[in-house]
Amino acid sequence: MADALLRIDDLTKRFGGVVASDGITLAIPPGELHAIIGPNGAGKTTLIGQLTGEIAPDAGRIHFAGRDITALPVHLRSALGLARSFQITSLFLDFTALDNVALAVQAHAGHSFQFWRNARTDPALREPARAVLAQVGLAHRAEELCANLSHGEHRALEIAMALATRPSMLLLDEPMAGMGPDESARMVRTLKELKKSLTILLIEHDMEAVFALADRITVLVYGRIIASDAPTAIRANEEVRKAYLGAPDEQQDAHG
Amino acid sequence: MTEQMTAWLTPRNLVVTALLIFLALVPAYVAMTGNAFLMTLFTRIVILAIAATSLNLILGYGGMVSFGHAVYLGVGGYAVGILAYEGVASGFAQWPVAIAASALLALLVGALSLRARGVYFIMITLAFAQLVYYFGVGLDRYGADDGLTIYRRSQFADLINLGNRTVFYYLCLLLLVGTIYLVWRLINSRFGLVVQGARSNDRRMHAIGFPTYRYRLTCFVIAGAICGLAGALLANHTGFISPATMHWTRSGDLIVMVVLGGMASSFGPLIGAVTLLVLEELLPVLIRLLASGFVEQPVAVRVSEYWQIVLGPLFLLVVLFARGGINGLLESMRRG
Amino acid sequence: MLLFLEQCLNGLQFGLLLFLLAAGLTLVFGIMDMVNLAHGSLYMVGAYFAATFVALTDSFVLGALLALGASILVGMAVEVVAIRRLYGRDHLDHVLGTFGLILFFNEAVRIVWGPAGLTLRLPDWLSTSVRVLPGLDYPTYRIAIIVTALAVALFLYVLVMRTRIGMLIRAGASNREMTGALGVNINLLYTLVFGLGAALAALAGLMQAPIQTVQIGMGENILILAFVVIIIGGIGSIRGAFVAAIMVGLIDTIGRAFLPDLLRLMLSSRGASTVAPALSSMLIYLLMTIVLVVRPAGLFPVASK
Repeated sequence: MADALLRIDDLTKRFGGVVASDGITLAIPPGELHAIIGPNGAGKTTLIGQLTGEIAPDAGRIHFAGRDITALPVHLRSALGLARSFQITSLFLDFTALDNVALAVQAHAGHSFQFWRNARTDPALREPARAVLAQVGLAHRAEELCANLSHGEHRALEIAMALATRPSMLLLDEPMAGMGPDESARMVRTLKELKKSLTILLIEHDMEAVFALADRITVLVYGRIIASDAPTAIRANEEVRKAYLGAPDEQQDAHG
Repeated sequence: MTEQMTAWLTPRNLVVTALLIFLALVPAYVAMTGNAFLMTLFTRIVILAIAATSLNLILGYGGMVSFGHAVYLGVGGYAVGILAYEGVASGFAQWPVAIAASALLALLVGALSLRARGVYFIMITLAFAQLVYYFGVGLDRYGADDGLTIYRRSQFADLINLGNRTVFYYLCLLLLVGTIYLVWRLINSRFGLVVQGARSNDRRMHAIGFPTYRYRLTCFVIAGAICGLAGALLANHTGFISPATMHWTRSGDLIVMVVLGGMASSFGPLIGAVTLLVLEELLPVLIRLLASGFVEQPVAVRVSEYWQIVLGPLFLLVVLFARGGINGLLESMRRG
Repeated sequence: MLLFLEQCLNGLQFGLLLFLLAAGLTLVFGIMDMVNLAHGSLYMVGAYFAATFVALTDSFVLGALLALGASILVGMAVEVVAIRRLYGRDHLDHVLGTFGLILFFNEAVRIVWGPAGLTLRLPDWLSTSVRVLPGLDYPTYRIAIIVTALAVALFLYVLVMRTRIGMLIRAGASNREMTGALGVNINLLYTLVFGLGAALAALAGLMQAPIQTVQIGMGENILILAFVVIIIGGIGSIRGAFVAAIMVGLIDTIGRAFLPDLLRLMLSSRGASTVAPALSSMLIYLLMTIVLVVRPAGLFPVASK
């Protein structure tokens, strides 16, 4: 696809003898919600690591918005519009929820070499932060210390942090990890809303959510893509069923 | 009383206010009683509180554990000492050099050390402290190991006479209050939030788009510069500078002050400095009095010489159970 | 030339001593993820115990063994009472907490043994020399140190490469669950490992004692060098510690031996005699700086945590 927002070409990564990414090639057009599924150890987190810049690939290239970002450092990718959420919650626990998001806003509001003015009361930072919190349904918890939030609220805050950087694409690493059915349903609703304005790459184990949200699904097994197609085609795919989903009658949703 | 006033009347705020008032009145008390020793003690406390406050900036708020911070006390002191030795007695020249030299050294050390994380960073600051210490020992022209005597305090034309102990004390006190205020503003600014965020979760900071290295380095330099000023003050106060000021165990003293008083709090370093230095004077006396009740006087005196053995375990207990230091304990009394 | 060779041997001996110290440090860090600043205190305690027990028993070997045993007991006691409560906390707490232990140990030693240092004199059978090369007589004791240290290094090699505990060290495992999953009693393991670290430190201390004075604060000076060794070699790598320790030992010793003469050629005599020792002391830290610039993770970096 010539106009893919994110293009991954032949991405390869080895850790000692283990091939975590085996020539991954993928193109994601703008506006698509693309899900990546696969058994544990398939290399999904390594893939995200390379997309965000925390892991350097051994071979292959990554293009985002037409630009080669393969060697670009982590903090610069965010500036380009590529934002991520973490699989294991990674927030500023000793700050409030609002502080957390405001910091993300601040990252893209010019340089931070301002030494005098109180940034905690700066409306240019606080207002957009409040708006994003409202987007993920956390407006009422803005002043709460992050450490006191529930697990589900943490996961929502993860999304809020990514949103606050005004991205064009989200990389979501198991956003529903450890969530109960109510919270998962709420997250799906949130993601459906976000889908309208953002391109999303979603890694998830929650099959119900995946099939409800994805435009296309890629299946990763041992670092290799074994299938990449529309949801219905993936569901019917023999190889995928054998490797991951199981037979149609036995199909259960797997909560991560 | 209004609600705002009662909200302000917390144990911690009362203690801090009392402390500040007490510090402001020390010269008056000294004038009345003629107890010059108290003046000397509290001038030293105030100066070290400035150094501890600067350390708190990188340690408490920034999470950068530097075992080499006392080096800047030395650099600032040597700037004054060396310039005085070479005939430049003007404070207008000495003090800016003290600050600039400290900032420059901090830039160098920070640039090399801050690439490292966690325990690497701590060890590297320790090693650099040794490096500078040994450099000081090798300064043959300026007294080497024996140190350098400074015969005259920094001269500021007719502006201010530092030879007057009371004037000097109030200058130091003013600079302390100014430093605490500066650090407070710094911490709540955009810059300060980045530094605190980097301490809280550096990985997250990079993910949302902050190149944290440059901010942490800047913070490191600012802290070094402030400590350099404290060094210039200290050299004026003692009339002497030697490499011993820069030994890593002196940095350890500063760390104890910050942790004991309360990391990441405005007045914690001051509380810590007061506590530590007052304890140094009081504990031997207290132990001797206590022991006198049980054993004979000479033995009591001997026992009191070992007061320092309390300090180590006390510090460990603070680290284990009262992580927020004295300031933290006072804050927690608010809810009680 | 012979003088140079002699200094090389001295450097090797010093380097091996540093290795013992660094190995103990890295061991505790690798298994328990524990940064122990008080490691130098155990070095000091080993030396003090040795001086006392050798004087008491009038036998060098017996005194040394007793000192070793006593130090291991002290180490394990410290682990149970204090160190144990620091596991799982972040490294800053380790550094602060063990710094408190340094203060305690320095003061405790001062109370028990007094502020003045001690001397440990060698027995006659160790005060001889061995003809290593024609024209070069080398002290037997220093050779004994080299042999002992190499033997311990070999023992550590076998331990790290051939046992389950060694596997944990190499994997950089500081995970209590994983260690527990291997069917090991965690508390006991940690106490024993800490005891081993204490043994290594104390051994280094008591071997060094006859060569330098036994005094308060001796641990801190050499501890910093041990950390420099670990930084240069790469934290967590015992092999790196070995290589780096030998390097540091050689450079430090040879530097101290020949730098004054070198400087005397260039500077005035008085200047050289003050600058030289200072510069020699700085040499190691300059080396560390260079290594950090070129290879920030050390020479033999272990997979990062």
